[in-house]
Amino acid sequence: MSAVPMRTLQAEDRATVLQVDDLHTVIRTPRGPVRAVDGVSLTLRRGETLGLVGESGSGKSVLGRSIMGLYRSGSTMSVTGRVLFEGRDVQAMQAAELRALWGSGIGMVFQDPLTALNPVKRIGRHLTETLRRHQTISVRQARVRAIELLGLVGIPDPRRRVEQYPHELSGGMRQRVVIAMALANDPALVIADEPTTALDVTVQRQILDLLDDLRTELGLAILLISHNLGVVAGRAERVAVMYGGRIVETAAAGDVFAAPAHPYTGALLAAIPRLADPAHRRLRAIDGTPPDLVSPPVGCRFAPRCPAAQDDCRTAQPVLTDLATEARAGGSGDGVLNAHRAACLHPNLGAEPRPSDQGVR
Amino acid sequence: MTDLVTPTRPGADVAVPAPAASVRRPAGTLLAGTLLLVGLALLAAAVVALRGHGWLQAGVALAGLILAHSGASRWGRRRFGPGFDLTLWLCGAWLVLLVVAAVAAPMLGLPEHEDLTGALGEPILARPDLVTNHPLGTNNFGLDLLARVLYGARASLVTALTAVLIGMVVGGALGILAGYFRGVVDVVIGILTNALLAVPPLILLIALATVLEPTLRNISLGLATLATPSMIRMARATTIAVSQREFVTAARSMGASGPHVMLRELLPNVVLPLASYGMVMVSVLIVAEASLSFLGLGIQAPAPSWGNMIAEGEGTVFRDHPHIVLVPGTVLFLTVFSFNCLGERARRRFDPRRSQLEEA
Repeated sequence: MSAVPMRTLQAEDRATVLQVDDLHTVIRTPRGPVRAVDGVSLTLRRGETLGLVGESGSGKSVLGRSIMGLYRSGSTMSVTGRVLFEGRDVQAMQAAELRALWGSGIGMVFQDPLTALNPVKRIGRHLTETLRRHQTISVRQARVRAIELLGLVGIPDPRRRVEQYPHELSGGMRQRVVIAMALANDPALVIADEPTTALDVTVQRQILDLLDDLRTELGLAILLISHNLGVVAGRAERVAVMYGGRIVETAAAGDVFAAPAHPYTGALLAAIPRLADPAHRRLRAIDGTPPDLVSPPVGCRFAPRCPAAQDDCRTAQPVLTDLATEARAGGSGDGVLNAHRAACLHPNLGAEPRPSDQGVR
Repeated sequence: MTDLVTPTRPGADVAVPAPAASVRRPAGTLLAGTLLLVGLALLAAAVVALRGHGWLQAGVALAGLILAHSGASRWGRRRFGPGFDLTLWLCGAWLVLLVVAAVAAPMLGLPEHEDLTGALGEPILARPDLVTNHPLGTNNFGLDLLARVLYGARASLVTALTAVLIGMVVGGALGILAGYFRGVVDVVIGILTNALLAVPPLILLIALATVLEPTLRNISLGLATLATPSMIRMARATTIAVSQREFVTAARSMGASGPHVMLRELLPNVVLPLASYGMVMVSVLIVAEASLSFLGLGIQAPAPSWGNMIAEGEGTVFRDHPHIVLVPGTVLFLTVFSFNCLGERARRRFDPRRSQLEEA
């Protein structure tokens, strides 16, 4: 614990860590180009968690990997737009620069902790290898640091755990190891790509709380990618909802849950089953399927599934615009970043705040 | 060895129902003990009392062995649980015995195995008789068959193991390269592999034998060309399967370079299936080497090799003195069977198709 530099959070310390401008990721497939990420912009400051929510195939993971530079322009895909990590353009970096950045600048937490760990390597080696790659320290020092890191992520008896293989640990423990690996070289940004999807709910909560604690303790910026609104609720300061490769709504977390402006966000929230609902009520689902990103619909991508779609929704493509702040009572308008914005021609401005819209926790 | 034999996963082996075993325990142990003792008694009787009866002696000894095996395996299952596999242990024991004896052959004080002048005083074509100076008999020059089998094992094992090692190193490296880089590298290596696999193996060996001197080194290299292509395929397939798993992305996302990913992440996962396949491969190559020697293209007589020992039985010799062929043939069979047995068991544990998600 003591070797972890404590980054205290001060107002002026909230420097922008990540700035994404108009990012497009197009994957070339035999069926045609798939526009997995189609013009996404977002900003992430130190000590902040941005929740990125969307259903399967909405481009969340592709966005995460494009930000890291794991996906780059090449024979199978093209990435355009700017990804600025601490002022440097990730997509313009050389391979060697990227390797130096990965791990030390940006850490990634993967979805499935079992496949993210090499089954034939001991836990300790997973950590010491990345430590020694980015820092000039001896094997012994790396080992001490590995034990420290395991302690930091709340693994009991870390001295014994470093000698064990991944299969000897439970799912939650493995995910803690994966988090420890992401944190090993003290990154400024952690991209957590569905970090709890493979875990059961009680462990989910522990892992999310752990990430949250580490954020405040180390001043991390976290991009929390999830398909589950409940995971994001309460842990993210801001939420961005993604649909069909685009961000359709972004706001401070409370605003999104209290007064979803985009019909898609509203539909997602309505699909969460609630204890207060009468018994034997049908689960509400969103009709239809996510758009085919090879040939997305003209106009609003959600229009074919939208209960409130008008004629102009099928022709004009809505852009992310600020909702009039005066229309929103109680909106926490903390600067430009937290402004409530939605990409909808007919946003749901009159929605009454639902009392229990804090998701499943 | 122990790792292969003691099953750590329940249900991996054919199980004898456990509750019944505990009920029948005393009777079962008695039966097992009786079978074992009767078997051993038959074996001893065959060796001592039935000397000179030829086929009858061999038949009784074989029956004794079968009885002893069934008794010992019953007893072992009761003693060590239903997962106990006596055959596997015997295979391991046979290989250990063979290797130790082959290594220590010059120190065992065996009769002459190669030098014809040193065997002038010995009986020729003596029948196997465990209580004489020539327990496995002699050949038509009076050379001791036991000594020849052990010195032959040196040639067979050295060539086969060297070839498999070369195949594993070369094939494993090429396979990982092909599986990791794909694209042009994969195509080039694939063409080479397929070209080697397209030639019938024995024809390839014979062709090589006609241009190369039949020395141990050249035979090993020839056999290695046989082992390499399938090793490449195995390594390539495993690499492709493994490199799609997330820990490779995870390693890259922590700044690992290409060589690091191949050596530290992929190689440890590829080695296990490759090694267990190598076990099976050893037995194939022992047979290939024996075939080559049988055809007179491998180890040259009078230097012994299992293949040219079997070849000594050509013509009417086998009819009149079957032990000339049966002794090296049996040793060859047991060795190949043992390698196959252990290799199969190892392969079942490290099968690449099961390396997907093995939940512990």
